[in-house]
Amino acid sequence: MANKINIFKHFLLSSALFFASTVAFAYEPQDKDYGQNTTENPEHATNEEHKEGGFDAGKMILEHVADNHQWHMWGHTSIPLPVILKTDKGIEVFSSVRFGHEGNLSYPGKYYSYALEDGQVVVIDEAGINEEATAKITDFSITKNVASMFITMILMLWVFLSVAKSYTKNPGKAPKGLQSFVEPLIMFVRDDVAKPSIGDKRYQRFMPFLLTVFFFVLFSNYLGLVPFFPGGVNLTGSISVAMVLAAFTLVITFFVANKHYWHHVFAMPGVPIPVLIILTPIEILGLFLRPFVLMIRLFANITAGHIIALAFFSLIFIFGEMNTGLGLGVSLFSLVFTVFMGFLELLVAFLQAYVFTLLSAIYFGSAVDEGHDVHNHVDDHNVARTTH
Amino acid sequence: MELVRPSIGLIFWMVVSFSIILFILGKFAWKPILGMIKAREESIENALASAERAKEEMKALQSSNERILAEARAERDAMLKDAREIREKMIADAKNTASKEGERMLTTARENIQNEKNAAISELKNQVATLSIEIAEKILKSELSSDEKQKALVNTLLKDVNLN
Repeated sequence: MANKINIFKHFLLSSALFFASTVAFAYEPQDKDYGQNTTENPEHATNEEHKEGGFDAGKMILEHVADNHQWHMWGHTSIPLPVILKTDKGIEVFSSVRFGHEGNLSYPGKYYSYALEDGQVVVIDEAGINEEATAKITDFSITKNVASMFITMILMLWVFLSVAKSYTKNPGKAPKGLQSFVEPLIMFVRDDVAKPSIGDKRYQRFMPFLLTVFFFVLFSNYLGLVPFFPGGVNLTGSISVAMVLAAFTLVITFFVANKHYWHHVFAMPGVPIPVLIILTPIEILGLFLRPFVLMIRLFANITAGHIIALAFFSLIFIFGEMNTGLGLGVSLFSLVFTVFMGFLELLVAFLQAYVFTLLSAIYFGSAVDEGHDVHNHVDDHNVARTTH
Repeated sequence: MELVRPSIGLIFWMVVSFSIILFILGKFAWKPILGMIKAREESIENALASAERAKEEMKALQSSNERILAEARAERDAMLKDAREIREKMIADAKNTASKEGERMLTTARENIQNEKNAAISELKNQVATLSIEIAEKILKSELSSDEKQKALVNTLLKDVNLN
């Protein structure tokens, strides 16, 4: 056991070091000049590097936490990803390598010329950014987040389809291998999340969604903690992804909600009409507030984890700029804290997957609740409220 | 604000691929997995229940075995007791019959002896009477054989007779 922990520690330390070096080389300030050159100019890039001024931790962290059109690996190496643009004239597909490693090149496409401005694709012409044309294009690019999402989903498909196969191959047997790894989690979602929140009779129809959400959030959270390809992407900490997951919960709640639920939203029984005038808008707002809170919670927790890890490494460079020795000293402190935060994030990654699934299950539960007596229902309501 | 700005492209890909993965996993992973887990749980439950039932049956069987054993033992004891009683009764009966028979034989023997004795006594009496008569005859003959003797006798007799 002790040996295992040691190996894990070594792994964490070395990955932290690796991450630190990635951060070190990743930062390159970008002076935009929208030249019409379509090939990368390495000399140009190195010149830029030498001109580097102070280390901007905030910019570096945001760049790493936010989405990107290419997947940065190390130093000057990035995986180019396809850029897909829907313009008013048609669809444009080209590689993100056209924007150059620093994203400071422009690409003359079929319909317009494109460049990157703060990570967004914009249309440019001789005068600079063409705002009018930019408003007409929609970016459907396979960005870093989209690619990471595909990787997560492929991983999920591989894991669960193979597990399903081993279940059908030896029915009634004790689980083996990967099966015994995921079965406790599946049982956890079923017995500790779905059954108590939705009820023994009605939980079954929600299981596919709850399991998929749980494992999607869990897998992408854990992949996000891995500091190198294919991990390290702040996928569940992306507001769009969290929004889609929460929207799924909202839509499913609306679809399954029974008369009883709507009755409670629009006209809470046993409440006088004057109070209802105030209460009903609040209840309607609450319908949307719940998934909104779901989204914010997931987004904020995971993004915060990434920011903290990056902030500790930024400290090394901030102090390193002042004095090399100081930077070395701080790096030790940063490493210790990053390892500590890493363990915390391992817990948070699981916890957020659990909380998202649990709250979704509670919302479904309240939507399908028949509410046999007033007393019972009031209790349910309170539970849903206090768990927020 | 880059962080909290939702991106349409990412939302689009997320909706599409999440729907696809939800469908695929729901149909080909969660359904068989949950079904199999449920089936396994049920079979385990059934196995446990049947084991419990078997245990109960065993217990019932054991108690009935014990009951049968006890009954058999009681029956054996009763039979032994009966046998003992019969044996004692037979012995007692035999003794009884034997003693009665002996008694009867003794009585007959005694009666026979008595009879024999009576017969012997009466025979003896007859003999004695005959002998006495013969003796008296002989004595009379000898006493009255001469005159003197007849006279002597008369005299003795007369002597005894008091002439008063």
